[in-house]
Amino acid sequence: MSLSLFQAMVRMATPILFAALGGCLCERVGVINIGLEGIMLTAAFFGVLVTYVTGVPLLGFLGGLASGVAWGYVIALLTVRFYGNQIVVGTGVNVFGLGLSAFLSQKIWGSRGASEAVQGFESIWVPYLGEQTFFVYLGFILVFALQFFLFVTPWGLRLRAVGENPQAADTAGINVFRYKTLGVVVGSAIASLGGLFLSLGHLRFFAWGMTSGRGFIGLAAMIFGKWTPVGCLLASLLFGLADALQMRLQALGILPSQVILLIPYLVTILVLSGFVGRATPPARYEPYKKE
Amino acid sequence: MKRGLRLPLEVFAVGLAFLFGMLVLLVAGYPPLQALFALFRGAFGTRNALGQTLTQATPILFTSLAFLLGFRSGIFNIGVEGQFLVGAFVAALSGIFIRGLSFPVHALLALFLGGLGGAIYALFPALLKVYLGAHEVITTMMLSYVALYLTSYFVNYPLKAPGWVAQTELVASSARLPRILPPTQLSLAFPIAIGFAFLVFWFLERTVPGFSIKAVGMNPEASESRGIPVRKYQVLAFVLSGFIAGIGGGGEILGVHGRFVDGFSPGYGWDGIAVSLVGRLHPLGCIFASVLFGMLRAGGMVMTRVTKVPLDLSLIIQALVILFVAAPFFIRYLGGLLRRRRML
Repeated sequence: MSLSLFQAMVRMATPILFAALGGCLCERVGVINIGLEGIMLTAAFFGVLVTYVTGVPLLGFLGGLASGVAWGYVIALLTVRFYGNQIVVGTGVNVFGLGLSAFLSQKIWGSRGASEAVQGFESIWVPYLGEQTFFVYLGFILVFALQFFLFVTPWGLRLRAVGENPQAADTAGINVFRYKTLGVVVGSAIASLGGLFLSLGHLRFFAWGMTSGRGFIGLAAMIFGKWTPVGCLLASLLFGLADALQMRLQALGILPSQVILLIPYLVTILVLSGFVGRATPPARYEPYKKE
Repeated sequence: MKRGLRLPLEVFAVGLAFLFGMLVLLVAGYPPLQALFALFRGAFGTRNALGQTLTQATPILFTSLAFLLGFRSGIFNIGVEGQFLVGAFVAALSGIFIRGLSFPVHALLALFLGGLGGAIYALFPALLKVYLGAHEVITTMMLSYVALYLTSYFVNYPLKAPGWVAQTELVASSARLPRILPPTQLSLAFPIAIGFAFLVFWFLERTVPGFSIKAVGMNPEASESRGIPVRKYQVLAFVLSGFIAGIGGGGEILGVHGRFVDGFSPGYGWDGIAVSLVGRLHPLGCIFASVLFGMLRAGGMVMTRVTKVPLDLSLIIQALVILFVAAPFFIRYLGGLLRRRRML
């Protein structure tokens, strides 16, 4: 593998990694987050919007992150507090993200297709990894921080416990609703970083539907990674490699773009059905109702 | 229970979604009432508007019935869109390449083959779920994208008709479903969809397989111990779901477009999920809910033309309907708040 391909792989793995880590945290507390795509798209949009208005990418970053936290609260409210169907809520989030970003994009920039260009984040050079925005490094740090948090700290244990066995956790005196909400909110916030990477780190403008299925691929990476942060990283790198190769092949014009574009999805299905065998989630996707 | 009139929660959900949508308009600086008025007029104001609304409702009715059938057996067929596209593609091919048949036979055969295509496409995730434990939400979602790109490839390259647009040749006129309300695009696919709604209703309420599917969906463990083969009925429901989705795709091609046009579906399959929920997961409820969503699509276009409000408002309202319907306890909670307020 050439160095530039390696660097492209790391770059393309980053948004998938954020989605996978966010989804992983949600699933650990027993919420399947289908809405990752919508969360990322919303964050990508608000990141650009706030940067456009203020001219400061850092504020845009915070704005996008805030949108992720807000989505997390909405999802937690609907699924944890009000026992809403998780998959349906997630679908709603995706449709809302697509609709709202296009609506506001039309209103503000007069085009639902793309925004005006904004100032993004500067790249930082690191040996071997090359010129990458700080999102890439943040992703790596998050992987190990989350792995430590989930499997070494008592809070991580409690977080996993409310997903695996809410009744027992409740009996042990853990506030199930609070930990579930925490998992979903933090998970959604992490996923929103993926959207911010795309709009502020990668393209530096907002384009309609610019996440193009990366939230869903992130979900697949999470399953392939067996619901652990380090596993998510390895799976994301694999999908990132597929993404990087796809861009190479597309540039060379060897294969039609449609054929290349469907490869990650096909790989996901193969992975789900063959390589990992029975993929059992750590928690059942059920709302917890206190007796 | 004291209150005499109890409207279903879904009505509140829809009302609330519209209210929120109006709020978004107000904040964004558009005239909300004018936009709402334009939306309704564009959807029901004239004979043509009504025809356009029902045309938009037709594919959504099919996909909502498809989602409903899976859901009743405990399966989340999120990938109705993929089966819809495959059905559309197969129906288009049947309309183009099968020759020497006369009108009703050719059209019905093409429609049926479209359904078959959708059914086979649903069989993959069904078997993957039942035998390998691959979660159907992920597999069907991925398969939707595969179907999207695969059909797009075919109409962009090997099957592309001459010209600028990525589309196939026209299907034979004997394969077209006739228009029933010219000059609108409303075709025979609409009454067929209504027929399917009643058929699904009859199937679930009056037949043994239908009953077994519902039993499996309500309680798989109990069904298993009562001797109902759970896997078999889940596969059956999945395949029937794909069949209806495929018919829907075929109806759209043979009735509206006459050919497979790249990207012709603005996500009818995804709409179906929401529609079947708004329709209370009842086949006949789906009829009303699909007309509501058809109204949002058809009326939304007129609203955009007249008031310059972006079309995506329809999408926002749709999303809000989905979110509210997903969590009935939330609506009940809001209702409780209002009631308490009134008592004070």
